[in-house]
Amino acid sequence: MDIKAIKEQFPILHQEVNEHPLVYLDSSATSQKPVQVIEAVNEYYRLHNSNVHRGVHTLGSRATDQYEGAREKVREFIHAKSTKEIIFNRGTTTGLNLVASSYARANVGPEDEIVITPMEHHSNLIPWQQAAKATGARLVYLPLQEDGTILLDDVKNTMNEKTKIVAITHVSNVLGTINPIKEITEIAHQHDAVMVVDGAQGAPHIQVDVQDIDCDFYAFSGHKMCAPTGIGVLYGKQELLENMEPIEFGGEMIDFVNLYDSTWKELPWKFEGGTPIIAGAVGLAAAIDFLKEIGQDEILAHETELAAYALEQMQTIDGIRIYGPQKRAGLVTFNLDDVHPHDTATVLDAEGIAVRAGHHCAQPLMKWLDVTATARASFYLYNTKEDIDLLVAGLLKTKEYFGNGFE
Amino acid sequence: MALNNLDTLYRQVIMDHYKNPRNRGTLEEGSVTVDMNNPTCGDRIQLQLDIQDGIVKDAKFQGEGCSISMASASMMTQAIKGLEVEAALEMSEMFSEMMLGEDIDTEDMGDIEALQGVSKFPARIKCATLAWKAMEKGVHNE
Repeated sequence: MDIKAIKEQFPILHQEVNEHPLVYLDSSATSQKPVQVIEAVNEYYRLHNSNVHRGVHTLGSRATDQYEGAREKVREFIHAKSTKEIIFNRGTTTGLNLVASSYARANVGPEDEIVITPMEHHSNLIPWQQAAKATGARLVYLPLQEDGTILLDDVKNTMNEKTKIVAITHVSNVLGTINPIKEITEIAHQHDAVMVVDGAQGAPHIQVDVQDIDCDFYAFSGHKMCAPTGIGVLYGKQELLENMEPIEFGGEMIDFVNLYDSTWKELPWKFEGGTPIIAGAVGLAAAIDFLKEIGQDEILAHETELAAYALEQMQTIDGIRIYGPQKRAGLVTFNLDDVHPHDTATVLDAEGIAVRAGHHCAQPLMKWLDVTATARASFYLYNTKEDIDLLVAGLLKTKEYFGNGFE
Repeated sequence: MALNNLDTLYRQVIMDHYKNPRNRGTLEEGSVTVDMNNPTCGDRIQLQLDIQDGIVKDAKFQGEGCSISMASASMMTQAIKGLEVEAALEMSEMFSEMMLGEDIDTEDMGDIEALQGVSKFPARIKCATLAWKAMEKGVHNE
C-alpha cells in the first residue's frame, strides 16, 4: 500500500493549519474524502441530479439508477443477501433509532431485557434507554474487563430467556476494542434475542460480512468511510424488516393512499420516507469503490500497524495514561497527567495536529474510566508513522508547556 | 500559529488561577447552588452563591474542566464577591462581549482581563463562559 499515493488523493490533507502542515488524527470523528468521492458527487449534481423513483424523464432514470446502483454496491460491500435489506438513511444514529423505535417497541415487553455495554456511544445507548422506558423492559449492562474488553463468559451469564435485544458496538470509538460480535450473536440467538451491531467504527475499517456474523441489524455511517456526511445504512434481515412498521411516513414510502389509511411500499423503500439522500448514496458508492480498490484488508493491516506503533511510541512519554486494550483498532485514547485534554488538543492544534478531546459521546464510559474527558488520536488509510512521530513530539511540547514556566 | 502564540491564550495569571484556584470549595449556607456543565466537552461546575440584601457576600465553586474553564471560575468568584447583583450581571455581560472580541474597558476587571486572548480561540470560548453562565443562572434563581 503506497500511503503517499493514497494521501495525494485527499486534497484537504495538503494544507497548512496554524503554519504547520496539517496532521489529521480525527478520522474516528469523521474521515476525509478522496477526490474520487468529491468528483462523483460533483458530477452527479452537474449532470444527473433529479428526484428518484418518480419521473419518466431521462434524468429521473439516471438518478434512480445511480441511487439503486449504490444500494447494490453497499449490499456487496457488507455481503448482504438482498438489496431489500439495505436501507439508506442519515447515519448510524438514525439506523439504531429505527430499530429501537420500530422493532423494540413492537417486540419487547415489561418482563424483557435489553442488553448493552458500558462502552456504547450515546447513539447505541440512549435509543435503548428510551425503548426500555417505553416498554417497561430492563436495560442490562454487560460487565467490562479492566482493559475494556468483553468476556464471552460474561455474555453467557448475562443473557437469559428474558433477553430480547442485544445491542453492541463492533469497535469502541474510545477504547478501540474490537468486540467478538460473531460469537456474541451466536449466544444471543441461543436465547432467541436479536443482535444489533453499531458498526460506525466497524465498517470503515473491517471487512463486514453480515451473513457470516449472522447479526440481525448492522448500522453504519458513510462519512467515517470516505463518503459524504448525511448518508448512512441500516442492514436488517429481510424477515425482520418485513414485519417492522416504518417510523417515518410521507412521500416515497407509500403504496396506496386512501383518505383514512394507507399501505407501504415493499422493502427497502417503506423505510425511506421523503426524497432520499441521493447525492450522498452516489458518494458512498464511490467511497466503496475507492476502499475496495485499495483493499480493505490492506487498510486494516495498515491501521493495526499504526496503532501498534502509536502505542509503543506514546508509552515512552512520562506521565501519559492510555486507555483500552493492547490489541485494538486504529485509535489511541489518552490523557497527560495534570493537563486537561482540551488544553492538550489546543496545544496540538497550534502545531497543526488535529485530535479529538472531550467525552466522545460516551459519558457512561468516561464514568467507568473515572475521567471526565480524554484526548483521542485516530488513524485511517492516509496516516503515516511520521504523523505519529509528530503527535509524540507535540505531546512532549504540551507537557513542557504546561509543566514549566507557570509554577 | 507557532507554539509561543499560545501564550496569548495561556497567560501566566490564568495558569496561576488554574493551579491555585481561589474560592474552590463549598459554602456552609450557600443560598443558591447551581450545577452547570458543558455537554459538548464534559466540563462541569457547581457554583454556590451567598446573596444577602442584593449583594454577593460569598461565592465558591467545585468542578472539573480544562485550565480555561477552571481559571475563569476562580477569577469570576473573586471578582463578584462583594458586588451588588446588578454589578455582577453587568460584569458578566462585559465578559461575554470580551469573548466576542469586542473592545471593552477592562480596567475594573482585574485578573479577568487575562482571558481576553480566549476570544481568538473560538473552540475555547465556551470553556471561559461556563462559570459566568452558572453565576447568571444562580442570580436569577435566587
